This record gives sequence, C-alpha cells and structure tokens, in this order.
Amino acid sequence: MDEIAVRVDNIGKQYRIGTRRGPGTVMLREVLTDLAAAPFRKLRALGQRLAAGSTEIQRPARADHIWALRNASFEVPRGQVIGIIGPNGAGKSTLLKILSRITEPTEGRVEIHGRVGSLLEVGTGFHPELTGLENVFLSGALLGMRKAEIERNLDEIVAFSEIDKFIDTPVKHYSSGMYVRLAFSVAAHLEPEILIVDEVLAVGDVAFQRKCLNKMEDVHHHGRTILFVSHNMDAVTRLCERALLISNGGIQKDGPAGDVASAYLLSTLKMDAVQEWPSSDTAPGNGVARLRRLRVRDEAGATVENVDVRQPLGIEMVFDMLVPGHVVMPSLMFYTRSGTCVFSAQDLDPEWRRRPRPAGRFTTTAWIPPNLLAEGALLVSCGLSSIKPLEVHYFVRDAVAFNVTDPAEGDSARGDWDGSIPGVIRPLLKWDTSHETPDSTS
Amino acid sequence: MAEEVTPEALTTPALVPPLVTTVIEPARGWVPLRVRELWEYREVLYYLIWRDIKVKYRQTLIGAAWAIVQPLMTMVVFSVFLGKLAKVPSDGAPYPLFTFAALVPWSFFANGLTQSATSLVASGNLITKVYFPRLLVPMGRVLAGLPDIALSFLVLLGLVAMYGRLQWTLSVLWLPLMAVLALLTAFGIGLWLSALNVQYRDIQHAVPFLVQIWLFATPIAYPSSLLAEPWRTIYGLNPMVGVVEGFRWGLLGTGRPPGIPLVVSVAAALVLVVSGAFFFRRVERTFADVI
Repeated sequence: MDEIAVRVDNIGKQYRIGTRRGPGTVMLREVLTDLAAAPFRKLRALGQRLAAGSTEIQRPARADHIWALRNASFEVPRGQVIGIIGPNGAGKSTLLKILSRITEPTEGRVEIHGRVGSLLEVGTGFHPELTGLENVFLSGALLGMRKAEIERNLDEIVAFSEIDKFIDTPVKHYSSGMYVRLAFSVAAHLEPEILIVDEVLAVGDVAFQRKCLNKMEDVHHHGRTILFVSHNMDAVTRLCERALLISNGGIQKDGPAGDVASAYLLSTLKMDAVQEWPSSDTAPGNGVARLRRLRVRDEAGATVENVDVRQPLGIEMVFDMLVPGHVVMPSLMFYTRSGTCVFSAQDLDPEWRRRPRPAGRFTTTAWIPPNLLAEGALLVSCGLSSIKPLEVHYFVRDAVAFNVTDPAEGDSARGDWDGSIPGVIRPLLKWDTSHETPDSTS
Repeated sequence: MAEEVTPEALTTPALVPPLVTTVIEPARGWVPLRVRELWEYREVLYYLIWRDIKVKYRQTLIGAAWAIVQPLMTMVVFSVFLGKLAKVPSDGAPYPLFTFAALVPWSFFANGLTQSATSLVASGNLITKVYFPRLLVPMGRVLAGLPDIALSFLVLLGLVAMYGRLQWTLSVLWLPLMAVLALLTAFGIGLWLSALNVQYRDIQHAVPFLVQIWLFATPIAYPSSLLAEPWRTIYGLNPMVGVVEGFRWGLLGTGRPPGIPLVVSVAAALVLVVSGAFFFRRVERTFADVI
C-alpha cells in the first residue's frame, strides 16, 4: 500500500501571548469592559475608514499574537516512520497537538487516513490513587483501546511492564521508573494505524527505552505509520527513514533522516562540513603557510554533513605555501561533542614527507576507512606544523564537523543490535571462532 | 474541528484496512454536536465515571457514607431550625421526611453541578494530552454521582418506612424520571459553567454561591404551595422545582400531581442541555490553548 496516511496542507497555529497573567486567566471584567467599548471602537474604525475614503476595514495589528507554526505542508505515506526534530519551542509539539486533534489549527487543513494513537506524555490519564491494573484500563481507554482489546492484551501488558508484583498497588506508591514502565507497557500495546509519539522516550532507564524502541519498530513492521519527535538524533536515524526539521515555526528541511539529523546536529553546534577563508590575509597561518579550506567529502567529491558509517570519508585540507623550502606536516584531530579526542592523524604521504615544499597551493585529503567510527558528530581540528625546528604554522580548533549515522541495516559493526552502543569508535573487526564438540574434549 | 467518517468505517471491524478519514480544519461559529462520536467514545465515558467513583472516597475514614452524611445533616439542621423553631409548613408530611425527600435529589444535583463546573479545569492534563470528545468530561462527573443518590435514596426509603408512610403506588415510577430530570439540569448547567470556567476562572468562585441561592430558590425547606398562581408555574422554570415536587409527590403523595409546572421544568432543563451543548462545542476548540 502506498497511499497517503497523513496529508498536512499549509497548517498554521496562532497563539495569543503577552497577557499580564499568562494564558487561560482572562477575567470576566476584561471581557465586559471590552464588550462595552466595542461599539465605540467600531465607530472610530468607521470614522477612520470614511476619512481615508477606503472600504477596507483596518485590522488592528496583532502584536500580541504569534505564529507557533506556519505554512507547514508535508505528506506521510502509509507505513513510513518519520522523525520530527528541531530546537525547543520551534513548533514540534504544536504540530503533534494539531495532528492529535488536541488543538485546532488557525489555518490550513489536515487529512488523516486511519486511526490515530498519540502518546504526548508518559502515563496519559494515570490517576495516582488507582492501582496499576486500574490505570492500565483507564489509560488504555483514553489512548483509544477498546475494553476487549485491553482485556485481551492484559497479561502481555503486565508482563511487559515487569512490575507484576505491584500491579495492585496504587501508582502513587510507585517509583518513577515503575510508573514509566507501566505507562509504556500500555502505550506499546496500542494498535493504531498511525502513531504519534512526542519526546516521551527521553525518560525511563536505558534497557527499558530499548525495549520500547524495539516495540515501536515492531509496530512499524506491521505497516504502521509513525510520527516521532525526538532529540536523540541517533535514534531518529536508526528508526526513521525520513525526518522533518522544524525550526522557527516552519519546516526547514525534509529528507532522509540521516541528512536532516546531521544538518540539524551541525547547526546546533553552529558548525559546517566546510569552512573556507577566501582572503589569504585573514586566513589562519603565518608567513609560511595559510589554511584556505577544510571540508568533509565523500568518495565522489561532494561535501557531506552526513556520513554513512559504512562509507569511506575524506577530510580535505587546502593550504597555500607562501614561501618555498619548508618541510611541513598537515595534521588532523577528531573530537566528540563532549570533547574526547577520538584520534589524531598526520599526513605521512611519502611523496611529500621530509621533503621541502615549493610555494603554491596544496590539497591533501586524509581518508578514514569505512566501518571505523561510531555514530554521532565529530568535530575536526586541523593544523600544519614543521618539526625541525618545531613551528606551528596554523592550528584551527573545531574547524568543521560531520555526523556519522548508521541506518542499522545489519552490515555495520552494530550487527543486528539497534540500540545505543558505547565507545568513541566502532571498528568492524574480523572475528575467528573455533568450536570443539563435547566428546572431543573428553 | 470537523470529522468526516465514511459510513463503511462505522460498520467494519478494526481488522479490515482503515477507512476512517479525519479532516482537521479550523472551524468557525456553531458546530454540530456529533452525537454519534459521543457514542463511539462510550467506553471512555465509562472509564471516566468508573475512575471518579473509585477515587472519590479513597483514603477517607467513612468512605461512601459521605454520600449520606451530607443530605442527612442538612435535614437535621433544617428540621431543627426551620421545622421546629420557624414552624415552616410541610404539606402535611413530617417535616424531616418532607425535607429529606427533597434533599436526596437536591444533593445529587448540587454535587453534579459543582463537580461538572470545575471538571474541565481539573482535567487539564487530559485535555492537553489526548483527544476525546470533551463533552464527556462534565457528563462523566454528573453521572458519577448516581451511586450516591442510590445510596441516599435507600436511606430515604428507610426513613419513610420508619415514619410508616411507605406506599406502593405507581407514582413511585416518577422517582427515577425525576432523578433523570435532575441529572439533565445539572448536566445542562455543568456544560455552560465548565466551558466558561476554562476561560474565566471567576466561575469556580461563583459556583458555591450559585448553589446556595439555588437551594433557597427550590422548595426544599418549604412547600411550593406557599406560592400562588401564576407564580407557581413560573417557579417551574427552575427545573429543580419540578424535580423536588415530583419526588415528594411520588414518594409521599404530598403536593399536587405533576402538571404544567413540571412541563415547564422539563422544557427548561432541555433548553439548558441543548444550549449548553452547542455553546460547549463552540468554545471547545480553544480549551487546550487556554486551559
């Protein structure tokens, strides 16, 4: 089936802001005075209109209204898992709330084909005084499960939550971990055609998160459509084929999950996959050498922000030697976002090693083999130095960055495991196994 | 928001590929009530009521006895001060019985009204996180009072028996109908007040006051026979007048059999419910934004 599950057409949502007491607390008094003043306002507007000789009614400027989301259009084919990423307050939640019919759009139109289940919080409808079991029914019903459906899945839900011992205890006595487990167990057993999930996977312990992600993929494999908001870029690239980047109330990017997630990640780092210094005077360097460009490229020569872990990747440094006769050595350092140095590399190209270079432009590319790095963003620093005597001609910290993604198709070092993996590198190793049958050892 | 459900979708079981199409668009002005959707969501209503009933008396010492204590104590107070001291007439019935027969449906009404008026605001966490017809929230709150009225009705029957005035006539059939009328009235007012309270929190401060005034505007502590026509019929515009009168007549045989004032009461209750439902639907779309 390749029909459309969700069609969003020019959706916009306007909110009123700037009231003195915040939203939801309009006093009756204000409305009454407003009502009383309305005829006079209209008269004044009419007067202005007549004076201006115009038939247009002047609409007052709406400075106290903001668009949380505007001109958002996209389509989701049935069975697609689509990630929605972007900074806080960018309009992601507003979009999900419109799609879940919690709030109404100010403009535009949405068409949804299929039953929608939305998980916008952990434990929708949970009541602290009710027992775990009672909450399963209450929450299940609110999330759109039929009573018969809940009863049919009850044993599985309780088993999935791993808290069967406490299922008859009021949830107010639960630890937050237990609460989350139970809440997710209910959610994981929803069977809507379209599942809308807000940033709810951010809570809960790692092992349980894993279990939920697996369950979600399960849902996907049953041909269900999932819209999934997350701040976990690795999870988005592993789970989703496609991602939307929402920022400043609009869709800024729509494309393959790895590309969109990488672009977003680099934009949050305020970094790019390429950096250039057009003028030699302002370029990093000294009287000997100047750095002109550093970029991340693929085999075909294109600058890339997103690197598939299974593909080789090149870091290309372009520099000018201003005076001839210097022996120089380009070098690169790779850092994770948290500042751990993953490795350093030096240019040992035999053609130029220990050999004085003439003046002119050099382009040198370091190739990182496929299946070596781990997922995530890497920040590249570069330098150029002479060893004898030691002199650093330039060193640029965090000059460019790229994001390594793994679509988890089974042929990378993560194998069949699609959860998170520790470690700053992840080489694909060759493993040898020998096997002895029990009788040969005796 | 407008929803278009294809007719096939309503008759095909969930196993068949989906045919349900939902269209989300900004709505303007008055919108239809979508009674069919309410029916679709009946299980949600059931669980909302079930939750309210389960939670209501958790962690209380005397539990469901609270359902009886409230009307019973009011009856005692009324009997002492109004019945004994002020010598208010009671249409020939013993005063405690006379006032308790009114307090049973009244408590149901007053609690239903109070509960439903604040129901939406109290359910803010649901309204901003999950979709279901919002109308079910005040509806559920009113319906959750049914076990209470059943319980206090049993006490009422005991009291009637104690006074030896138990009579088994067909007029008893009026009692459930009167309870339904009280329910409709509470629901109608609850629709208006709960929706208004989302926008104007003034409502929740005004509700106790409203209930107090309404108590005196209803013949609970006194008989409506104190009023002369045409005031007595006009008095019926307060649907609780019809409820209380009907309840007493059905149980104790006091007062006049239900007539024109009851018709007026039923009409008033229906106007409240229908207008309340349409008003509710009209303002419902902004609930999640302003709650």
